[in-house]
Amino acid sequence: MIEERKKFTFSRRGFIRTSALAGGGILLGVNFLNACKESAQPPVNIANLNFKEFNAFIKIAENGYVTIFSPNPEIGQGVKTSMPMLIAEELDVPWEHVTVEQAGLDTENFTRQVAGGSQSIRHGWEPLRQTGAIAKQMLIQAAAARWEVEPYTCTASNGVITNQAGKQLGYGDVVNDAALLPVPENAVLKDPKDFKIIGKDAINVDVHKIVTGQPLYGLDYTAPGMKYASVLRPPAFGQTLKSFDASEAKKVGGVIDVLKFGDKVAVIANNTWAAMKGKHKLTAQWNDTTLESTEDHDAKLNAILNGSKFEVRREDGNVNSAFSEADSVIERTYESPFLPHNCMEPMNFYANVTAERIHLVGPIQTPAGTAKRIAHVLERDEKEIDLEMTRMGGGFGRRLYGDFAEEAALISNGAKLPIKVVFSREDDMAAGTYRPAIKYRIKAALKDGKVTAYHLKEAAINSNMYGLIPHFFPAGAIKNYKVETGNYQSNITTGAWRAPYTNFLAFAEQSFFDEIAKELAIDPVKLRMDLLDNVNDGEDERIEYSAARMKETIKLAAEKGNWGKAAENVYQGFAAYYSHNTHVAEVVDITLQNGFPKVEKVTVAVDCGIVVNPTGAINQVEGGVIDGIGHAMYGNFAFDNGKPKATNFDAYRLIRMNETPKVETYFVENNLSPTGLGEPGLPPAGGALANAITAATGKRMLTQPFIEHFNTDTREVRG
Amino acid sequence: MVSYTLKVNGKERQISADEDTPLLWILRDELNLVGTKFGCGIGQCGACTVHINGQANRSCLLKAAALEGMEITTIEGLATDDTLHPVQEAWKEHDVPQCGYCQAGQIMTAASFLAENPAPSGDEIRQAMHGNICRCAAYNRIEKAVATAAKNG
Repeated sequence: MIEERKKFTFSRRGFIRTSALAGGGILLGVNFLNACKESAQPPVNIANLNFKEFNAFIKIAENGYVTIFSPNPEIGQGVKTSMPMLIAEELDVPWEHVTVEQAGLDTENFTRQVAGGSQSIRHGWEPLRQTGAIAKQMLIQAAAARWEVEPYTCTASNGVITNQAGKQLGYGDVVNDAALLPVPENAVLKDPKDFKIIGKDAINVDVHKIVTGQPLYGLDYTAPGMKYASVLRPPAFGQTLKSFDASEAKKVGGVIDVLKFGDKVAVIANNTWAAMKGKHKLTAQWNDTTLESTEDHDAKLNAILNGSKFEVRREDGNVNSAFSEADSVIERTYESPFLPHNCMEPMNFYANVTAERIHLVGPIQTPAGTAKRIAHVLERDEKEIDLEMTRMGGGFGRRLYGDFAEEAALISNGAKLPIKVVFSREDDMAAGTYRPAIKYRIKAALKDGKVTAYHLKEAAINSNMYGLIPHFFPAGAIKNYKVETGNYQSNITTGAWRAPYTNFLAFAEQSFFDEIAKELAIDPVKLRMDLLDNVNDGEDERIEYSAARMKETIKLAAEKGNWGKAAENVYQGFAAYYSHNTHVAEVVDITLQNGFPKVEKVTVAVDCGIVVNPTGAINQVEGGVIDGIGHAMYGNFAFDNGKPKATNFDAYRLIRMNETPKVETYFVENNLSPTGLGEPGLPPAGGALANAITAATGKRMLTQPFIEHFNTDTREVRG
Repeated sequence: MVSYTLKVNGKERQISADEDTPLLWILRDELNLVGTKFGCGIGQCGACTVHINGQANRSCLLKAAALEGMEITTIEGLATDDTLHPVQEAWKEHDVPQCGYCQAGQIMTAASFLAENPAPSGDEIRQAMHGNICRCAAYNRIEKAVATAAKNG
């Protein structure tokens, strides 16, 4: 029996407030994620609205049509579509009557948004449905008052309220009355079997604008008098600016100013091309501090793994005694390089810093933190900042960091001009906040056909696995268990990259389980199922994954992916992983083309609870899986004396159409609260692929990218 | 600075710009046609794909001043009046975009390809679309949408 383990509690009180609109209709202020202050009272007059506590609005017009103003950062994960679906479901309006708009421009109302960690749907599930249900309840109350009947005798469906006598009123007919009612204390949520919108495909609400090329992204933003800036940054990590000469840059037509700030030099011009050309004409001398190369990182991480300076993140039983009593011991070390994010839309931001206000516009996953950062660096009051978000041409974690917004603000402040900073692709790849290089050393003790101990060491650049990751599977499944971490502090900037840590940890562990299975001579899927049998769900509160749910997910993937029944010349690999509150299992099918692996198909089973928007959900899973395959196969990013060796797509390989497998996605059906999908599809993909390659070639993929294990000229496996 | 005339989406446009300015930046910064995207600047990613006399081309590599007299079509000009191009329709039908940034370039590549090869095989589609990077990896749906557009085109 699978039970829901953790539910979100939230305070309904104060997360919603209503107001009549001057032009008719009702406006509901909603806080997507945080309960707002208890003291907030519904204002009588819209002019007195102080909706700053809120970060979303729902407008129901006199014609019954609903507009949901969504302020949430849209980085391609589909929340601008799926989150409003939750409101519309409980409000009970036809989805066709709902318009979703990005929060309006030049407003101070939308300054509290959250993105990242695949959490939007999980956190929004209760409050957003409550919002819709409360609004519906108020509309019913208004209609009941009109009819002089009790509200409980009325029902509402598809935007129409019906009473026992069969009389009907549209939402629009009573919306002005409803606006005057107090917000009710209770609203009953629907039984999932009655869902009409949740669980049905809703096409991305911006799709028409996207396919017709309308302005949506930060790079598309313009403002009167706006100038463009291209920035020369230290070419290597560990360098500072000694001196520069701008005389040639200033001769470039369209260049209007050159401005030094910190260790950077900005060329300001009337258009992007002139700014970029001007930057290339700058000459600069740099002071070297510590310049690190990939060989140095390699040595540092090896020294950590071979040393004894670790922080223990989880320890169960006694691994040392289990190792000493083991029949056999397996130990492997897995290595991954740095990775850049490579959002298709290069980093950019607009800033207009004046004596009165600071206006910021652009693609950013952390608007509140970025506003704070800029207020700090400019020594201004945060209240003087208006920050607007645009749709983002990808995020993958890179747009959590507001360095590019700070650059725009500093340049605008110095030049006294409205400025848009535009990174070239080379700037974007060379001034990154990379996924750090990591090595894992994993050791397992085997005795009497069982895994009796598991010891994982992480050596990473700058920072380590965080939160509950040390308690992910196989924590809880093996009695003697230890996870410990160490790090090396580098001057290369690192940060979150889609499914931080687990994007590589899953590869290492899922590859290692296959080694254990081989050693024990049991099927790799059965090994995982047997280990999960050792877990009692709910016994350890640090363990978030559910063994019962993971087993169901594994069974579904094995069944749909024909595990163990591959056609001739097709080789299979398996992996299963829990991350970001979602359980995923994958079967990868490959063939060998002249000895080179071709990924044919990936069968994915996912337990993310209720699937809110199937088309969007499948898109996320397919994208995550192919992203995982692509980076495991090709992603490599090395440094030479502080300089990245690759700075554009000619030298940095991303997966393309012809290397892409078919992805088949299946969802475990249940009525559990939904969890996120932006990240969880990715982590198992690399491990499943590695295991398939081993099945085909006998070679273990201990280092990423896998392509390095193949001689691409002759397409043979390298020894 | 040079002055010249470009024919973009059926309209004559007067341009005054540096002679070496790529078409991409003329479209985006001078003509405010921002549907054509900047991705890499070296012709590797395909985000800036436009049609020159019906042929898919990377606008980041083309000097705009050399394109006088040619028919330039951007994503904004792909639909005829209010009727979307079959490729655009197929993109909507398959709910292709995730972040959506590369999709204008993908659509322009697909439209030009289907004009030359109206009934392609799956392999031909994959080969034709291989030059356009989608960082969100919506490749499965791009492939399906091109096939649908071929069927409906």
